[in-house]
Amino acid sequence: MTTSTNLVYLIALPLFSAGLLLLLGRIADKWGHILATLVSASVFAIGLIEFFAMQGREGEARAATQKIFEWISVGSFQADASLLLDQLSICFVLLISGVGTLIHIYSIAYMSHDHDRRRFFAYLNLFIAAMLLLVLGDSYLNLYVGWEGVGLASYLLIGFWNQKPAYATAAKKAFVANRVGDVGLSLAIMIAFTQFGTVTFAGVKESASGASAGALTAIGAMLLLAAAGKSAQFPLQSWLGDAMAGPTPVSALIHAATMVTAGVYLITRSNFIFDASPTAQLMVVCVGAITLLFGALIGTAKDDIKKALAASTMSQIGYMILATGLGPVGYAFAIMHLLTHGFFKAGMFLGAGSVMHGMNDEVNMRRYGAIGKVMPITAATFGLGYLAILGVPPFAGFYSKDKIIETAFNAGGIEGILLGGATLLGAAITAFYMTRVIVLTFTGTKRWDENAHPHESPFLMWAPMAVLAIGSVASGFLLSSGSALVNWLQPVVNEHHEHHAEEFLPPMVVSAMALTFVAIGVAFAVLKYRTVAVVAPESVSVFTKAARKDLYQDSFNEAVFMRPGQKLTSALLTTDNKVIDGLVGAVGWIIQTSASSLRVIQNGYVRSYALIMVLGVLALVTAVWMVTL
Amino acid sequence: MSNLALEVGRTLQPEAVMFWILAPLAVAAALGMLFVKKAVHSALLLAWVMITLAIFYIAQDALFLGIVQIIVYTGAVMMLFLFILMLVGVDSSDSLVENIRGQRPASIFAAIGLGGLIISLISRATLGVETIGLQDANSAGNVQAIAQELFTKYVWAFEVVSALLITAALGAMVLAHSTSTKSRTAQRDQSIARFRGASLATAAGLPGSGVYALHNAVDVPALLPDGSPAPTSISATLDARGDMLSSKPFELEAKEVEED
Amino acid sequence: MEISNYIYLSALLFTIGAIGVVVRRNAIVVFMCVELMLNATNLAFVTFSRVHGNLDGQVASFFTMVVAACEVVVGLAIIVTIYRSRRSASVDDASLLKR
Repeated sequence: MTTSTNLVYLIALPLFSAGLLLLLGRIADKWGHILATLVSASVFAIGLIEFFAMQGREGEARAATQKIFEWISVGSFQADASLLLDQLSICFVLLISGVGTLIHIYSIAYMSHDHDRRRFFAYLNLFIAAMLLLVLGDSYLNLYVGWEGVGLASYLLIGFWNQKPAYATAAKKAFVANRVGDVGLSLAIMIAFTQFGTVTFAGVKESASGASAGALTAIGAMLLLAAAGKSAQFPLQSWLGDAMAGPTPVSALIHAATMVTAGVYLITRSNFIFDASPTAQLMVVCVGAITLLFGALIGTAKDDIKKALAASTMSQIGYMILATGLGPVGYAFAIMHLLTHGFFKAGMFLGAGSVMHGMNDEVNMRRYGAIGKVMPITAATFGLGYLAILGVPPFAGFYSKDKIIETAFNAGGIEGILLGGATLLGAAITAFYMTRVIVLTFTGTKRWDENAHPHESPFLMWAPMAVLAIGSVASGFLLSSGSALVNWLQPVVNEHHEHHAEEFLPPMVVSAMALTFVAIGVAFAVLKYRTVAVVAPESVSVFTKAARKDLYQDSFNEAVFMRPGQKLTSALLTTDNKVIDGLVGAVGWIIQTSASSLRVIQNGYVRSYALIMVLGVLALVTAVWMVTL
Repeated sequence: MSNLALEVGRTLQPEAVMFWILAPLAVAAALGMLFVKKAVHSALLLAWVMITLAIFYIAQDALFLGIVQIIVYTGAVMMLFLFILMLVGVDSSDSLVENIRGQRPASIFAAIGLGGLIISLISRATLGVETIGLQDANSAGNVQAIAQELFTKYVWAFEVVSALLITAALGAMVLAHSTSTKSRTAQRDQSIARFRGASLATAAGLPGSGVYALHNAVDVPALLPDGSPAPTSISATLDARGDMLSSKPFELEAKEVEED
Repeated sequence: MEISNYIYLSALLFTIGAIGVVVRRNAIVVFMCVELMLNATNLAFVTFSRVHGNLDGQVASFFTMVVAACEVVVGLAIIVTIYRSRRSASVDDASLLKR
């Protein structure tokens, strides 16, 4: 372990900037966005410096820590506000600050007409600070602070245009769904504390080997719930689609590249718990498999370009979660897919934003068509991202996604075949819906609104897209050449598990199968969407209807949670009004009635009181008389 | 109780005679207090009861208390009562019609019950000691003996009671004191008022009463320069009482003046 | 003569005084009835003093007189104050307590 003094700046800088921009108000309108972007860039620079410094160290010394201050000290329990920068964290730091900086730059142009651009950038910086705290915290408690911080930033940014009630509601929905996950995280922390007496990663890791299976499974399940909430995984996935209400850069940064991957980070970070609890791992795998198909299916029916991409994000994170559930071999691939996904999905979101920017904020893909001709750069960067997500070699997705499919097959037995089949099916559906997006948006005939005058976006917008497109192309190869990332992460995730799973199928076969499935999906989409109706057809199959309705996730939530909750609330209200208030009223009524009859005694005449006194004496004397009789 | 009368008839000791004469009178007076309309009469009846009690005290070898009873109670306290009665109105008679519902029957019930019970209790109680009498205790004189008790055994209570007396005196002063809401009119204010008045006739002050060679008194009006009497020169009260003398005899003959 | 006759007399006077307090409306008369009750107890004190052959009862009686004097002084001052403001010495008129 190395002690560093720079880590705190990673968080302090954006936090300070956010506070400054929020407190200064309109004064900072002119330069707020520049400051925020510079801060984000400098955070990226510090991250790079730390990254190279880390490479300069060897073995144990690579991880760096910094204790900022003593936070809680109660009896034997000690929780410090300490940061830990290890091989896993640095990946995230670079991703967050790198993509974050690009999106800051993009937003300068994208939000240039917005009245509240300064506030937007303040929130972005707040998000960067919180997200970095999340990945840099050295204990579950510190992580929790960041976890809540990104939840807050996400809420603020989804509801950034809260003058529209639907957007405000979407923000609230995201917040509430996240709260459910947060309860899981807090429960996991509490269980960890009661079981191990500590909440630091190192401490829990040390104690986990000796802990009971039940406790580990409970912690794992609770962590999975937390991850499901933050990463929009089944069963808490419903908020992500609505979260697209936020400005598109937000969707790109928070709801595609970084925050929603926090669940993957959490599970990877807690690998010592999941590795020790096969039950929890199984749950993780199931959640991942369900979500990847779930999201992919939803994606096939969405006409809103951002919602289609959101469904895709859900599905891709499903892949990552699935990978993390596959044990030591999966973590590195999950992180790799996370990184490549960060590039290509952020790039595609920015592309979508670019299209919307040119199309008067139109999001319905059925009103697009043939945009590739007027927006060539956007089309090109989007197309590179498309190839990456499909997993076409040599683009990024090929290296990460195929590895996950491979690992899934290698899980062995029925489980391996089921999971591998699910991932393959997911890949095919992904190919279908992504091709659908491409076909509807960039090719075919134009179906624009008469007022729309699509044009290529300014440099500040396409430059980040280009950088991300480069990442979409190259990141996969860079990360996997010579198993770079796997070796890099090995000390964090793989320490005690050197064994290699037996290969179920040779990698070449898996790749071929995946490419075949992808090709089928692409072909199907191309054939199906040769002609596109401007208005979505009404007479569609049951499955399309279900997918359009997000597979009835909201109906389910409403039927199972909301309505009974409302019933319960109104029942409680009735109980309160009738029973509780009735009791209180009855007490009051009894006292009032008895008082009004007793009031007659209190007539105000002093002689009356004297008489009562005399009668009292009489009673007393009577008592004495009776006793002495 | 039944043999009381027998006993009274059998032993006509002086004290018994006194008791059986005075006690019914005291009870009658006390009952009278309840039934007379005027408060003054009540006060007089109470004074009678108190004097009776003083006699009983003296009869029971409590000479000092008997005297104090007459001086303090019948003398001072009852006079205080009478003063206050005068202040409030001597002839303010009290209506005996009861206006609180149920007060009178309840009172009668309480009276009979309380009296009956107490007397019943006393009749059944035994003191357990024979009456000793105060001959020994009073051997050095009743006043001396009480003083002995008061300034030795009860000196602390005595001091406390003196403090109570002073407190009560102060309390009475505070309660009876009334602050006037208007400022007192001074001579200056009166003078200003005279000149501001409707007529300036009295502005210079009223004339003094008559001063004559043969009669010099406040009951004769002075004479004005024209020889007529000035009625404002003497107090209006004297006029109202009819005690004003005429100034006629003191008027000089006009002619004589001219001749001189 | 039976010495308990004084006690009977005392009880009678006390009861009459108590009834007077309850029945009469003129505050001054009420006060006089209170005085009557106090005097009745004094008689009992003096009688018991004689029975027991010591002077403690007489001293108690003496203190009762002093306290009664204090009470009369303050009580009458209160009556005067009330009379000054309400022009009435009836205890029933001072019945603001019920409102």
